[in-house]
Amino acid sequence: MSTVPDELKFTPSHEWVRIEDDFAIVGITDFAQTLLGELVYVELPDVGDVIAQGESCAVVESVKAASDVYCPLNGQIIEVNEELADQPELVNDDPYSNGWLFKIQMDNPDQVEELLTPEEYQKQVAEEAH
Amino acid sequence: MMKPEPLVYEYSVAGRNAHAQCPVLQNNVTLIPSEYLRTEAPALPELSELEVVRHFTGLSKRNFSIDSHFYPLGSCTMKYNPRGVHKLAMLPEFLRSHPLAPETTTQGFLQCMYALQDMLADITGMTAVSLSPMAGAQGEFAGVSMIAAYHRSRGDHLRTEMLVPDAAHGTNPATAAQCGMTVKEIPTDSQGDVDLVALKAAIGPQTAGIMLTNPSTLGVFERQIPEIAKIVHAAGGLLYYDGANLNAILGKVRPGDMGFDVMHMNLHKTFATPHGGGGPGAGPVACNDRLKPFLPIPRVMKNDKSYCLTSQADAPQSIGRLSTFMGNAGILLRAYIYIRMLGKKGLVRVADHATLNANYLMMKLQAAGFELAFPKRRATHEFIITLKYELKTWGVGALDFAKRLLDYGFHAPTMYFPLLVPECLLIEPTETESKQVLDKFIEAMIAIRREAETDPSLLKTAPHTLPVKRLDDVRAAKELNLRYRGSD
Repeated sequence: MSTVPDELKFTPSHEWVRIEDDFAIVGITDFAQTLLGELVYVELPDVGDVIAQGESCAVVESVKAASDVYCPLNGQIIEVNEELADQPELVNDDPYSNGWLFKIQMDNPDQVEELLTPEEYQKQVAEEAH
Repeated sequence: MMKPEPLVYEYSVAGRNAHAQCPVLQNNVTLIPSEYLRTEAPALPELSELEVVRHFTGLSKRNFSIDSHFYPLGSCTMKYNPRGVHKLAMLPEFLRSHPLAPETTTQGFLQCMYALQDMLADITGMTAVSLSPMAGAQGEFAGVSMIAAYHRSRGDHLRTEMLVPDAAHGTNPATAAQCGMTVKEIPTDSQGDVDLVALKAAIGPQTAGIMLTNPSTLGVFERQIPEIAKIVHAAGGLLYYDGANLNAILGKVRPGDMGFDVMHMNLHKTFATPHGGGGPGAGPVACNDRLKPFLPIPRVMKNDKSYCLTSQADAPQSIGRLSTFMGNAGILLRAYIYIRMLGKKGLVRVADHATLNANYLMMKLQAAGFELAFPKRRATHEFIITLKYELKTWGVGALDFAKRLLDYGFHAPTMYFPLLVPECLLIEPTETESKQVLDKFIEAMIAIRREAETDPSLLKTAPHTLPVKRLDDVRAAKELNLRYRGSD
């Protein structure tokens, strides 16, 4: 069973979001990385990119598939996880901390309310895994 | 068990060569200035002629190909291509014709191409065809470029968005992006049809069109196609048909009649060219009157009694050329010969048997305990099983089944595609397999499922009978090693 930390928010497309003041850290969930299998490549946005909620802004690639990562919130990219260039497997080993993908300065913090709670996401995963 | 064949370099012995194949330098005379000449010989393998023959014959024996194995690779249509088609396309009169030869000397070839344009228009329900795109992806590029050119010609510059259902071929979003459009993904409902509510929400004055594969990669026929066509056309968008799965509908239903405006066909899938080894392919594009002025050149025209190729002057709105000459001429010829060999009735039987074989296999596998991705739907020419249960219960998934099938002498089906279905195998038997072969495949799947239950490690470590064992594909992708750097 994959883990779903209590302090995070989620999207139906399996991104997690950690809210820090006016910015957010984004990654893919444990469930998502398990489905994909070991990653061989991660493509990240550029710092400074302005991205809208729901827009595809990164790609995670395993030997099974290349999958788009969708931006959970409107905003501007302020930092990306450079470590992933050489160690994409960090996303598999530690999806919720060392495997983070990017940090985004939020334009509209109200959008946080639209994200899934851990309970809601847990429920979705249970249905998909069934 | 066969051992791996060494690299050709590993057979090399200094000074050994094959004189019969060696070009003789006449008195070392060359027109290349001396400063551009090598000072050292290149590091090429040095072998006798017989060693070269044995090496490549050895490699060919290790092939998994349609000539030796059942090859149910979903969405690829790995069917048998009649040898007769190849034989006729290899006639010396075709082979020795130069692409710049005057049209008066290539009337026979042009006549075949003219007829092929007509046949493909008839098969697809479109009004015009350009044969020149050299592969499926190039055909898609041509079609979407034509949609963009159409909107531009009307001064409609705001249509920058292409709708692509999530069950489409992966090349569709790539094509739209390559043509400078923004891709908007449309979800699929639980029965494999396009989600119409989401479609209506996504459509608007920014919509250039929609790209649909029908039957979709989920192995089902999109049932709401008239309604989708109505919604997209009403909003001013056009419909693009990805012809990758044409094998399932030949002579049964035509994309032009479904409301599509433009499409490509993979001649190398449906019309008798061996593929899977990287080409060559052919991706002709067909369209209705609305898009006809934008078709790529050259097309074959008929004047009185002779045939000629069109140029930009004949088609000023054309998106231009996609190949220097007449596309992959040899592949186009094979398609022409194949269609002539089968005739209209024969093509309908292709679709009949492709779908019959898929449905037979699907029902038998379901009866054997395999879970279907869409149990309520009839299969098209392919279908999907999901091994979620097997993974959860015995710890063996689609990859393990695929590898173990190799030990049983079957090429693995497409796995982990489409992405929408977890632990899936996409199985396409094609019309050219007999019931006996299908039954053997079913027996193998049942046997492997039994092994999964009793001895899952047998699957986890498969294949066991091939020259190489389970490869570390993650490491292979991360640490590319493609070049021989010498033995030391």
